[in-house]
Amino acid sequence: MNGQLAIRLRGVVKRYGPITAVDGLDLDVPEGTCVGLLGPNGAGKSTTMRLLTAQAIADEGELEVLGFRLPGESKAARAQCGVVPQLDNLDVTLTVEQNLLVFTHLYRVGRSERREAIERSLKTANLADRRDTKVDKLSGGMRRRLLIARALVHRPRLVLLDEPTVGLDPQVRQELWALIDALRAEGTTILMSTHYIEEAERLADTVLIMAHGGAVAAGPPSQLVAEHAGREAVEVYGPPARLAEVEAAAAAVALRTRRTGTSVSVLGVDGADGRAPEGQRRPTNLEDVFVLLTGEEIG
Amino acid sequence: MAASASRRLGRLERPAMTGVLVREVVNFSSFWRATTFSSTVEPTIYLLAFGFGFGSLVSEVAGYDYVEFVGTGTVATAVLFSSAFPAMFGTFIKYKFQRTYDAILAAPVDTEELVTAEALWIATRAGVYGCVPLLVALVFGLDPAFGMLAVPGIAFVAGFGWACFGIAIAGFISSIDNFNYVISAVLTPLFLVAGTFFPLSELPEWAQVAGNFNPLHHCVELVRHAAFGWEGWSDLGRLGVLVAFGLAAWRVAIRAMTRKLVD
Repeated sequence: MNGQLAIRLRGVVKRYGPITAVDGLDLDVPEGTCVGLLGPNGAGKSTTMRLLTAQAIADEGELEVLGFRLPGESKAARAQCGVVPQLDNLDVTLTVEQNLLVFTHLYRVGRSERREAIERSLKTANLADRRDTKVDKLSGGMRRRLLIARALVHRPRLVLLDEPTVGLDPQVRQELWALIDALRAEGTTILMSTHYIEEAERLADTVLIMAHGGAVAAGPPSQLVAEHAGREAVEVYGPPARLAEVEAAAAAVALRTRRTGTSVSVLGVDGADGRAPEGQRRPTNLEDVFVLLTGEEIG
Repeated sequence: MAASASRRLGRLERPAMTGVLVREVVNFSSFWRATTFSSTVEPTIYLLAFGFGFGSLVSEVAGYDYVEFVGTGTVATAVLFSSAFPAMFGTFIKYKFQRTYDAILAAPVDTEELVTAEALWIATRAGVYGCVPLLVALVFGLDPAFGMLAVPGIAFVAGFGWACFGIAIAGFISSIDNFNYVISAVLTPLFLVAGTFFPLSELPEWAQVAGNFNPLHHCVELVRHAAFGWEGWSDLGRLGVLVAFGLAAWRVAIRAMTRKLVD
């Protein structure tokens, strides 16, 4: 980390008609780090991703990617970015290798380096033995790996991952986490949007929690947890009336709570002896912070 | 200011357009057989149906043998079918269903380069497939002429215009069903009143005047003159119309697709 910012957003606003998808967002992604954009559906994560490739143009605010100002210099920035989209847009009638070949051209990899770039990407994504397989014959997990490999053919300085594991089974998800983690270990800067808390917790150095188009909190996951949810929580189960009682009692002694469908979690009970209700003790986690800050329990 | 301008990559860059073209060419390698089949069989059927079916009733039209009249005319049909239609449907499918353009525009490629490269590619295909009816007509007895060497060029220029037209339409519409309006209300009349199957000189005056605004008509006439003898300035004028049509449709297509692809 050299203190340079790979992404710098200030007061970014993006409106679609009456809807404000991104509402005064500030975002810093220091070079060499992995930043997770965590937020519920509709929080503005995907719009933010589109703004970074100038596929959406901001109505207000300043955007810089790798030192280039957007949207004017976006093309120069895009040349050094790799993008893994949320929705699969591979060419399905082409083989794995052909898909990569096309992208070496789109990302202007020199003629003499193309072969090596393709081999390197195949190896990274562990698809070398599938090079001649047509995409529509690949499993969901392999297609995802190919999408990531495709974004890496030109050795980008910055990789944008939009919901990289959405809709995949847990085993495949872990496989992809290993891939992303390896990328991070090489020093590639990563901005990843996700609504999976575990994903952000495992991969991101810094998490930015988004709700309603803006940032509601930012920091390393452990720090966010300590700051907003304390170290321990008490989980109280019971019928709705009992849960409401627990919430009222906790509020009266200035303890924060969150609903989880069947229970109430009273947060930050460490050092709150006597004030905490009886129940099951557990360590707090990023999900507590997420629910607390995005107001998901109301919706 | 100067520093930031120099870091900015230019417009209509060759590497960007090459990237888009490579994608098209590699994809084409997986479906060229089907395209070539339909591009060859269709004009042959037109030639057989009209040339011989109709040709048994009328042996000569506008001073030409009817089979030769139709054989040269259907070049324009082939150009239209291999440019406007793939442009409309291909663009819409790549935009809406395959989301190909999302991937391409995330790379250092701008909408202007994307549209231009795709139109050039379709125009190239039209330049090749446009010649097929002429080859079929040669088989059926049309006399070869040196002027015919200009046919791929004419087909390319006309194909570029129709490709841009198709891309623009795909940019304007919101549902794939809307293509029906364009096909029925625009393409079918233009296709029929282009002088392909009957000369426009047989039509009422207003229709003849209107025909001059039909780029397909100028394509038909140019191909016929390439085969039977050039007509000097008027042919140059027709070429001018095709070029103007191409340039106008190109700008409209870029505008329509930018609106569609960039929020």
